[in-house]
Amino acid sequence: VQLGLLLAPPLGWLLIAYLGSLAVLFISAFWSVDSFSGDLVRHPTLHNFRTLVETPVYRQITGRTVGIAAAVTVADALLAFPIAFYMAKVASRRMRGLLVIAILMPLWSSYLVKVYAWRIILQEDGFFNWLLSPFGLSGPGFGDVATWLVFTYLWLPYMIFPIYAGLERLPDSLLEASSDLGGRGWLTFRRVIMPIAFPAVVAGSIFTFSLSLGDYITPTLVSNTQFIGNVVYDNIGVAGNLPFAAAFATVPVVVMVAYLLLARRLGAFRAL
Amino acid sequence: MIQSRAAKLLLRAATSLTLVFIYVPLAVITLYSFNDSRSLTWPIPGFTLNWWGKALENTGARDALITSVKAGLGATGIALVLGTLAALAVHRYRFFGRETISFLVILPIALPGIVTGMALNATISTVFEPIGISFGLLTVVVGHATFCIVVMYNNLLARLRRSSRSIEEASMDLGADTWQTFRYVTFPQLRTALLAGGLLAFALSFDEIIVTTFTAGPVKTLPIWIFQNFARPNQIPIINVVAVIVILLSMIPVYIAQRLTQESGILRRR
Repeated sequence: VQLGLLLAPPLGWLLIAYLGSLAVLFISAFWSVDSFSGDLVRHPTLHNFRTLVETPVYRQITGRTVGIAAAVTVADALLAFPIAFYMAKVASRRMRGLLVIAILMPLWSSYLVKVYAWRIILQEDGFFNWLLSPFGLSGPGFGDVATWLVFTYLWLPYMIFPIYAGLERLPDSLLEASSDLGGRGWLTFRRVIMPIAFPAVVAGSIFTFSLSLGDYITPTLVSNTQFIGNVVYDNIGVAGNLPFAAAFATVPVVVMVAYLLLARRLGAFRAL
Repeated sequence: MIQSRAAKLLLRAATSLTLVFIYVPLAVITLYSFNDSRSLTWPIPGFTLNWWGKALENTGARDALITSVKAGLGATGIALVLGTLAALAVHRYRFFGRETISFLVILPIALPGIVTGMALNATISTVFEPIGISFGLLTVVVGHATFCIVVMYNNLLARLRRSSRSIEEASMDLGADTWQTFRYVTFPQLRTALLAGGLLAFALSFDEIIVTTFTAGPVKTLPIWIFQNFARPNQIPIINVVAVIVILLSMIPVYIAQRLTQESGILRRR
């Protein structure tokens, strides 16, 4: 009885307010909009999904979104590893505390403001081009590369923390044992550090991947190309085709649910 | 331990570079808030405190700030209650579907924001509006609470796992009833975790824009106000100042939460 009392409110909330609405969303993906009257036709059809698969533009947008999300994840993993390793295994206790705060504060500080800052930095006569001009280079301007760069920036702390937490659990004695047994740096990294750090990288990638898949604000501000989020957003608002928006929104959801299940299997949830 | 000197040096260099990468954009926007000119060229031609004064007088920004604070407090309150209940249930009892709970609470934040936003948007227009609750502050609070639950839940569950059950049993053996035990024994153990979770939930809500866009209707939170004003060039200097204020306001709770609890995962402080 007590259990019921404890569980009822949060479960009720999540099941009704959230899972319920997700269900409604997916059902509406199979509806359509009468092109003449603009009314919702609540009759199940695969029309929306057929459009998604058959229209080259949508295939391209899906490919771009997933591709950039993957590229962002890789870049973040590469950037996060050294700093996470330094925090967990090299830095003094005091230094570690400072670094945690230094990385945590921007993680939680306003997303929108950070994207805006990058918009200013990347613009034609902005900071980035000024920085590169002495080398005869110029920045990427606005576009897919800028989106990739800004995503990488935004989600980096989400990757650092799980890796740091994972490495912290790795006992120093294991590293010592490995080097005593003759394992050189690279061998130790591959055979001792990676197996333990891998679930943590997967945990971090849940964030980097998911956050990139659903974002439409960053592409709006630093790019002129479309991402899944942009198409979904436009179809809710301007174009007023909610069923199509719902259908396209199922793409990142299916990708993410599959990813989450895989991540749980790889033990990533314990690293969150 | 890492023995090689070269490796240590490399790691140190990489760490410094990463920190520079993280902080340069924040520094740049801070400098722009003192920008003398209306254009956003770099280097900045001159500095002034002028825009800070104007921004603080801007009623649109101030109203949006108040709305954001209200939404953050409301969402944190609901998330605090729901997250605590769920964490206690999962910690205390063995039941069917127990493993699914952590999956369920993380879903609103693990799924792309636009999906969570659309789902809530659909619920509000089909369930809430017919019973007379229209899009507004209340629906923003509902939306934010949904994705804030996970922060409370994870913080609290981590704390519960570390605290020992035997003290509570001792309290019960000594004649305290359930409520007294909770009030005098359980709660004090959880206090800092609750506070830290609450601060993080508040920061998460304060910052959010995507779910908010789908649940706010006519209401403007601070991020929405900023986003809408991007389109108006004469507002740019004001936006720069508001941006810096937002950075400060979201960093402070995080700093306090961190000091309260030390150590970290993304969604929990141990």
